[in-house]
Amino acid sequence: MNKTALCGILLCLAGSACADTGGRLLATGGVTNIEGSAGGGIVPWAVLSGYGTRDEWGGDAFATRVDTGDYRLDAFGASLAFNNRVELSVARQRLDMDALTKAAGLPHKSLNQDVFGVKLRLFGDLVYDRLPQVVVGAQYKRQTNFLIPSLVGAQRDSDTDFYLAGSRLFLGAVGGYNLLVNGTLRYSRANETGLLGFGGDRRDSRSLLKEGSVALLLNPRWVVGVEYREKPDNLSFAGESDWQDVFVGYFPSKRLALAAAWADLGEIATLEGQRGLFLSMQLSY
Amino acid sequence: MYRELRATACAALVLIGMAGCASQPPESDSLYQALGEQAGINRVVEALLYRIADDVRIAHHFADTDIARLQEKLQEQFCVEAGGPCEYTGDSMADVHAGFDLTEADFNALVEDLIAAMEAERLPVTVQNRLLQRLAPMRADIIYR
Repeated sequence: MNKTALCGILLCLAGSACADTGGRLLATGGVTNIEGSAGGGIVPWAVLSGYGTRDEWGGDAFATRVDTGDYRLDAFGASLAFNNRVELSVARQRLDMDALTKAAGLPHKSLNQDVFGVKLRLFGDLVYDRLPQVVVGAQYKRQTNFLIPSLVGAQRDSDTDFYLAGSRLFLGAVGGYNLLVNGTLRYSRANETGLLGFGGDRRDSRSLLKEGSVALLLNPRWVVGVEYREKPDNLSFAGESDWQDVFVGYFPSKRLALAAAWADLGEIATLEGQRGLFLSMQLSY
Repeated sequence: MYRELRATACAALVLIGMAGCASQPPESDSLYQALGEQAGINRVVEALLYRIADDVRIAHHFADTDIARLQEKLQEQFCVEAGGPCEYTGDSMADVHAGFDLTEADFNALVEDLIAAMEAERLPVTVQNRLLQRLAPMRADIIYR
């Protein structure tokens, strides 16, 4: 890459030195959840990736790391959104578990899966109009090293999550600050999002799971909020905890978004008290 | 089963609760005061018009516009929407924008210019948001007409 191009990209990321990515307002594409869908960090929202309006297309590329000490989750992927109507996404997740591998003499050091997502905006608008923005989505997940999940009781190595999400930005709602409210209902039997396979010896059917986020926009660039994600509990060998986090998001331009969170993931595969830092970066186009 | 019913009811309530409300006149003039009364509003409108003129995304839509009249009507409109002692004497939003076929992106470009104008006038974010909240319901009468 030559210097001029690099300089251009850096200027682009820093602000307005390049053509705008799309006609939607700053931060209205959210960031990217660990499964590759536009949203918060752990919950998909009813927003579509990038900044494209009904006349434009857009998308994101993202990378996320969550480190609890015992585990480290890396996720990366990309998405395309067409006319603010349909979002297609792909993400790859890798959960490193050195501590558990050593302690339990496991045959693999990591659990991996790929996620292919589609999201369809049904109606409404995040900011304008009378109805909130509502989407339906599906995430097809493929666990790619299924030996460990199968040994602890997981029933299948691929499956599809379905979800319905509604999001609304309330202008000036809290003491003049803008408030984003999101509710998501997921229908899933993914164990630890699918990294431990799908369905289990305790329960093999899908559960209806509640997920939600509330975020306050301190100004157009800075956002703080909380997220909650209910999880199924299909495997008898260990408990699976609901997840929650508090986050801060920074949108210096429509090209770049950064998110940091303190995530409480509870018990994961017999190891309790999994808490740690969540860091994510997103480029939009 | 009970758990699923409860979750569904909860989601339905959240969705219904999110539905926006039709715009009513402001109950007080607190936003008008926060904007610096008419003088403050006039400064925001002037800053907005300068930004529009420099905005290649939308400036061409104003090529045949009587800018002095636009300035006057915007001053009145922002005053009314902020709860100030004014009367809006312009045409309806739907009539004014008929035939322009303005897009979502055009509308948001103007919103960005307005935010930049309010930033330049050092209005607090909370005051900016309250004015935007008053103006947002107009979008349906403005775009794709």
